[in-house]
Order: sequence, then C-alpha cells, then structure tokens
Amino acid sequence: MALGFGLGSCAKDNFEPPKSVLDGRLVYQGEPILVQSANANGGNVSDFPVFFELWEKAYQNRSSIRVPVKQDGTFSAVLFNGDYKLTIPNGQGPFLWKTTATNAPDSLTVNLNGSQTLDLEVTPYYMIRNAQFTTSGRVVTSTVAVNKIITDANAKDVERVSLYVNRTQFVDAGNNIKAADLAGSAIPDLNNVSIATEAIGAIVPSQNYVFARIGVKIAGIEDMIYSPVQKVNLQ
Amino acid sequence: MKKFSIALIGALALNAGCNDDKFLDIKPTNILLVDEVYNDPRLVLSAITNLYNRIPDYQEPGNFGNYAAFDEAFASRDYNRHRFRDYSFDEWNYWDYGYIRDINLFLERLNTSETLTEADKARFAAEARYLRANAYFELVKRMGGVPLVLESLTYDYSGDAGYLRKPRAKESEIYDFVIKEMEEIKVILPRDANEKSRATYGLAVATKARAALYAGSIAKYGATTPTVSLPNGEIGIPATLATGYYQTALAAAQELINSGLYSLYQKTPDLSENFANIILDKAGNPEVIFVEDYKLRSGKVHNFALENQPRGITEEGDVGGFLNPSLNLVQSFEKLDNTFAPLAIKEGNEDIVYDNPEDLFAGRDARLRGTVLVPGSRFKGRPIDIFAGLLLANNSILSGDQLGQFKNVPEPSGPSVQVVGASGPIQGRNGSAESGFYIRKHNDPALGSGQIGTQSEVWNVRYRYAEVLLNAAEAAFELNQPDVAVTYMNQVRARAGLNIPLTSTDITFDRIVHERKVELAFENHELWDYKRWRIAHLVWNGSNTDLTTDPSKATAPSTRVFALYPYKIYNPGTANHNKWVFRRVNLNNVTESHNFRLGNYYSRISDGIISNNPLIIRNPNQ
Repeated sequence: MALGFGLGSCAKDNFEPPKSVLDGRLVYQGEPILVQSANANGGNVSDFPVFFELWEKAYQNRSSIRVPVKQDGTFSAVLFNGDYKLTIPNGQGPFLWKTTATNAPDSLTVNLNGSQTLDLEVTPYYMIRNAQFTTSGRVVTSTVAVNKIITDANAKDVERVSLYVNRTQFVDAGNNIKAADLAGSAIPDLNNVSIATEAIGAIVPSQNYVFARIGVKIAGIEDMIYSPVQKVNLQ
Repeated sequence: MKKFSIALIGALALNAGCNDDKFLDIKPTNILLVDEVYNDPRLVLSAITNLYNRIPDYQEPGNFGNYAAFDEAFASRDYNRHRFRDYSFDEWNYWDYGYIRDINLFLERLNTSETLTEADKARFAAEARYLRANAYFELVKRMGGVPLVLESLTYDYSGDAGYLRKPRAKESEIYDFVIKEMEEIKVILPRDANEKSRATYGLAVATKARAALYAGSIAKYGATTPTVSLPNGEIGIPATLATGYYQTALAAAQELINSGLYSLYQKTPDLSENFANIILDKAGNPEVIFVEDYKLRSGKVHNFALENQPRGITEEGDVGGFLNPSLNLVQSFEKLDNTFAPLAIKEGNEDIVYDNPEDLFAGRDARLRGTVLVPGSRFKGRPIDIFAGLLLANNSILSGDQLGQFKNVPEPSGPSVQVVGASGPIQGRNGSAESGFYIRKHNDPALGSGQIGTQSEVWNVRYRYAEVLLNAAEAAFELNQPDVAVTYMNQVRARAGLNIPLTSTDITFDRIVHERKVELAFENHELWDYKRWRIAHLVWNGSNTDLTTDPSKATAPSTRVFALYPYKIYNPGTANHNKWVFRRVNLNNVTESHNFRLGNYYSRISDGIISNNPLIIRNPNQ
C-alpha cells in the first residue's frame, strides 16, 4: 500500500511542463528592429541587452518573466497558458514603446491558449536601411542610410555610427574583433554614410570570411540599433 | 480505602505544588529577557555589537572576491568575472529592513530602560542612530531613495497590512536624513581618536562629509545622464542643490581637519612601507577613523592573507595569490614629477633592458609599491620571485608550466636553469601572479597569517583621514576654490613622496578622480565614486578597448584587465645576460569587456518587494 501511494504521487504531484510558445518579432511598420545579441558567451541569464516583460495575472506574488529579444529582432518564450500583461520597461531598446496618459509604459494583454505569434510594434528613433558591405583586401567598407523616424520633441541625435566585424555571426558593440566609429557630428548626410575598418589582422584559427554589421548609437539612449548581419569574404 | 488514599495523595501533591510559587517562576538559564538586557550596560553593549557586525560592506578583506569585479585586479581562480560582459541589475543590491527594524527596536527598548545611566543611554542611542543612518546611506548608494522607516513597524493581524506600506523617499531626502543625523549625534558621541571600532565624533563628521559629497556630485553630474532619474526624485537630485551639498561637505571635512583629532600616518621612513602600514598598524594609528576590527584567536579573523600571499612563499601548501592587481591600475600611479606615462617597456620596437625588475617601477608614486607587490619585491622578508620565462639568444622564450620549474638550456643537454618564477606567472594557473603582480594593501606580513589555522587580523578600514582630505579637496574644487583644494590634496600627495606641490591651476576633475583612484585603491571606493560621478558607463563601456595610454584621463575606457610579464635574458657571455625585459600580455581568461549599463547606476528592487508594496516604484532602465 505504501508503494502504491509512492507511485500514485509521482503521477499526480508533478505539474505539466509549460508548452505554449509565444514568439514573434519587434517591428516598425513590418520591418524588424535589430538589436544587440545577449551575451554570446553565455553568462548572465537574468539580464539581457533588450527584453520585455510578461506578468502572469493569475499568479499572486508577482514577478516578471523577462523575454530577451535576439539580435535579429525575434523572441520566443515557452509559457503556461494564461492571461499575461506584456510591457516594455522604460529605457529598453533603441525605440519608444507606447505610454499611458501618466507617461508610464503601457501594457497589452496576451491571452495565451496554445502557441501564438505576436509582432510588437514600436517606434525606433532611427532605422538603418540599404546596408551594403564590400571588402578590398582585408578592409571592410560599408555604406548605409540612417533614417530618422522620430522627429517630434522626443527626437534624438546620432551620437555615432559604428561598423563592427567579428569571426562569428554574433557581432555588435560587445562582440567584435574590429570596430570603426564615425561621430554623428562628422556625418554630413545621414542618408549616405560610408565607414571603413582598418585592415583586419590575422584570425586564429584562420578563416577567410567575417561577419559585419552597422550599429547606430543614439545620443542618450543606451541600446544601439543595428543592420542585419552580413557575411563578407576577405581576400 | 485504596482508591481514597491515592486520591488523597494526589490532592496533597497538587496542594504542595500550588503552595510553592517559585516553582512556576524559575528563570530560564539560557535566555535573557528584553528588560534584563536593556538594564545592564554590558549586555546593551553586546546587543549593539551585533548591530555593528551587520554593517554592510561591499569590498572588504573578509570578502575580497569583489575587489576584482572592475579593472583594478584580476581574479585568479574566479575567472568568470572576466568572462561576463554585463553587470547584473541585481548587483550591489541591498534591502535589509530587518536590520533597520532591529536598530529601531534597540532605540525604543533603550528608551524604556530604567537603570542605565543617562550617559550610557545617550551614547548607545547615538551609536544606534549612527548605524541606522549608515544603513540608509548604504541603501541610498545602491537603491536610490528608499522608504524612511524610523520606528519599529508591527503588524496588527487585521488582515490588511496596507498601513505598513511606505513609499520611497526622494534620494535627496535620504541624504538629508544622513547629514542631519550626523549633525545631531556628533556632539553626543565621544571625541576620542583612539576609539576605532565604535562610532565617535570623528566618524560622524567624516560620514557627514562623505554623504554630502555624494549627494552634491549626484546633483551636479546627474545632469549628464538624464535618463537615470525618476520624475518624483526617488532617483536623481536637482542640479540646483549641488552647491549646497558641496558646501556642507567642505564644512564638515574642514571641521574634522581643524579639530586636530586625526592626522596622516607618517611613522615609517620608507614611504611605500608607510603607505602599507596605514592599514596594518593598529597601535595608536592617527589616520584611521573607523574600522571593522579582527582579532587573532577570537574567532573573528579573515583569510585575506591566506588567499593572497605570494605563491612562492606560501605558508600553506598550494594556496595564495588569488587577487592580482592589473597593469591598468599599476600604470596609473604617476611619476614623481607629477606627470603620467605608461610603464616604459619598449622604445620603438626594441625592448628596454633593466638590470633589476623593480627598476621599471622606480621613480613612481610610492603608493604603487605600498599597494602592489611588483616583480622583484620582497614580502615577509623573502623575495616573491615573479618571472615568466627566459628570453634566449635566438629571441625565443623558454618557459615552463610548473612554478619554479628548471629546464636544461639549451635543451636537451645544457645546464639546468630556473625558467619560471616560484610565484609564476603561468597563464591559467591559479594564484600564480597571473597579471604579473600580487596585492600588498591589506596583505598581512605577520608570520603565520598565511596559515589556515591562524589567518589574519588586519582590520577593515572604512574611514580614514586621507579620504577626508580628498573629500575636502573635491568639494572645494567643485565650489570653485582650487587654492583651497590644492592644499588638501598636496598633503596627501606629499605623504606619498610626491614632493613637487601641485598648483591651483593643476586641479581638475581628472586629477580629483585620479588621486582617489590611487590613494584609495582596494578600499571600497571605486564603484561608488564612479557611480556618483556618472562616469561608470563611460569607463566600463563594454567595448574591447585597449589599455589606455593616458592614465590621467578619468573617462578613458578601461574594460579589460591587462597583465605585464617580466622575462629574464639568458645569453651567457653578453652584457645583457640575467637582465630583464617586460612584455604586455592579454590574458586568455579575460574574454569579455565590462559593460556598466545605465540600469546599473541603481540596483534593481526585486519584483517580490514591489509585489508586497505597490507603492514602491521601480528604478529606471532595467
């Protein structure tokens, strides 16, 4: 009989694991918002460069579930079914999230019942468009157009435009073997920005390609906005 | 008959018990009741000792791992510190309202005591108020404005705890509270410079100066990071208040300076040794204001010396050398002519050859060798033996993978020669001076301090007079009184052997930052200073920047720890045989650059706290 209890409790005590997937993208009018990757070397799982928060309504002593945004602007979280409030805290990301009348971050309700795809619409300060990468020898050159999206009282200047190069596809301000910076004040025409790295030194172990990406640092905003990662071949 | 007699005996027994009142009134032998404690000055002292023991510190010798969290040192063995990029938003957080409540209870119970003398009561109360204000200072440094609770809160079991909820005070209100408390208790506390581990007049005034300086710089430099603020002032102080706080800071620091109670420690003729002794000397030390004391054979000892003794002279098997100061810090000590320069290891592409390894560090601020054990130094009377290998005639390097290893030169048949120091460095080998340096500050030179069974009683210095002078200098500089600032700063510099006085035009923000960096390295100031100046996100900016060539620049990025390895030239018969060259080394274990985000300026208040008290609003950027 004791054995019977033991077996029974194994089956009854355990929760079903969560299996509903909430995934989607951060977008501005259909274009993905590209940000910095979470630490490529692993490490801190509780803090991500850009994330949003989910708060499950049914749960009494609430704490948030933080969902990181990947470098291609997508996100994915495995959750229990239920009603969630989704919000993006102040100061997250190179964009503005809608706010309430009292200027607090607004939230939207997500009723999760099975897997669901969700595009989150935000308003970036700038978008990077038409990024072109070329190489000559071991120098990577890029031309981009940096388009100002927010032009009202919330508008911010470009602090700098940076070109990052790395061995792997994780490439951004924190993960690079070569970087080139161009101060915003030195850019006459944001629609036509050209930036080149110095020659890239020997890569160990050797490889004849790198990954490159343009990032724009906006004055007073911590998170940068990025162009898509592109693989370029070195000679 | 039988039944009757049992009942009778029972009745008699009960009766006997009832008559003996004392039976129900036996004093427990293992519990002291509240009114017993608060009516005996010795027991009150032990109660407040517990409160002293709970003062929060961040970097301290008893918990030295945190010394390597930034760019001052490399953490041998604890490599993860150098493999993570971001600081967690939870880092440095503190929310110990249990401690605050215990202090409030202490004050309330002290008040009801009947037999304590008024003098005892007043001093204990002032000490408890010091500890409470100090706890709020720690809270505001880490979290910003917090609920200011000044009485013990008690739940009434009504089912609604709402009346216990308090919103966050403004950041400036917490600083004002600390300043006001210090002002009120300083006259009650003893004016005794020999009292180092309990609150004194000197400590209250020094704390007031520090708190006002912090508030002033947050008010002034907070303007450079406008997003690090909340609309109601829970975080951020209006810039208009800066001058007032700086005036308070300068006045308090000057009050302590002019009191003559403390002076700079200048007992030892050797200036570097003198600098190390500021921390080590417990006998009539005129500089130290407030410490957490340790005592051998008392149970309160720490393992700083055990874990950080040079490996070549370790007293305990394979232990030691875990904290390795960085080249970043070492090269920031200036030259005796008041100029800055990276260490001279190359001229063009040629190595510069030195007769002795310590010659590279000659002609620099004496505080360098009072803070760091450089190659060629001696510790506990013995050479610490740091060298990374032999530089052979064909320009190749012969090194080993064992401490103090011998190899045949040339291989395989030549004479057997030591090819690596008994203290390393060997990359990736724990404790082997992996950055090329060992730590001297806080490191106990007493024999036996490196043994597990003995350990160290070097105290944890929380306040010392040199900081008060630097606080005065900074406040005066910010108040546009550079001639006042320069006199205070020159006192600190002269003690370190920098005998050419600075002039008032030399005093800049960069100078202030730099002076605190080298004087107060490894003394739990760097993080809090960089936060209040709002330069932490510029210095630890997450980029893979190289070692700065301008160590005087306050905002030069310094995100990775660099190392410097000495090599011995092996070329018998030539002039350079057995001389030394140095190479800068990028450590394999330093794979990421420190990134201090705007959300790190104030630590995260956990969701659990906000859940329990919705009046608490969150810190921004997290």
